[in-house]
Amino acid sequence: MTIPLSFFPHGWQHYLLGGLLIGAGAALLFVLTGRIGGMSTVFSSTWSYLVQRSFFQQRRFVDSRGWRLVYALGLILGALVWWLGFAGGKPEATAVPVWQLLVGGFFVGYGARLGNGCTSGHGICGLGSLQLPSLMAVLTFMATAFLTANLIAQVMP
Amino acid sequence: MKAARGLATLAAGMLFGFGLSVSTMIRPEVVLSFLRFQDFGLMLVMGGAVIVVLLAYKLAPRLMMRPLLDDHFHEHPSVWNRNTAVGAALFGVGWGLCGVCPGPAIAGLGAGNWSLLWALAGIALGALVQGLRAK
Repeated sequence: MTIPLSFFPHGWQHYLLGGLLIGAGAALLFVLTGRIGGMSTVFSSTWSYLVQRSFFQQRRFVDSRGWRLVYALGLILGALVWWLGFAGGKPEATAVPVWQLLVGGFFVGYGARLGNGCTSGHGICGLGSLQLPSLMAVLTFMATAFLTANLIAQVMP
Repeated sequence: MKAARGLATLAAGMLFGFGLSVSTMIRPEVVLSFLRFQDFGLMLVMGGAVIVVLLAYKLAPRLMMRPLLDDHFHEHPSVWNRNTAVGAALFGVGWGLCGVCPGPAIAGLGAGNWSLLWALAGIALGALVQGLRAK
């Protein structure tokens, strides 16, 4: 681990602005439709189209699967507007190895659904409604994420 | 009304995805540099988002009888139990491994980051296995 020269070596304005916009998206959803817009549920509710097992056929998934997919489509379109309109259309890429994306993704999906929330569900919506269990969840996943990310950085510098 | 709700949901999602892009959270490297204490930007992203959502969740139900396009405000109480604890811990392990969480995995596709399809596939598979194992 290296000691950073600054807490924000790439500047801080775009982080704050982006955060306010993310919050504005979830706030707009609530004010217009009354819905709570965490992102991980879409990964369970969409399976309800294909898997007949009773877990996936719960009303909370079947009743919300349509709007959750529309919300997810909005995420893609919003990023597309940024990409073409503000970032010059140069494709984003990542150097994170495929196995880390796939295996890490698996744990993200399994864990978020078992724990009923992710960085947006517990982090933004849960903290935004001042729920203690969500704060505990955020502190828990931050702790294991810090440990994992630093361990990986040690093993594979 | 149903069409209006659909459009509203799409617009809200677009704002969310635009914000994820502006804040560079769709770049796994930026998330990982936060988790390695090299760039604290993610705190500002989360803090900014939470403040706006907090205001909306607190004020809207007081100022309005109902949301503009529907008949009631939803609530989503979270609970602290074994599943939440284990799930959050596993989520963190995965997040620390790949630097991608559900929102950016979806939004990143709109910015042409096709590698994130691997993360998206992993998340979908993880959610499937969780549902198949659940009672």
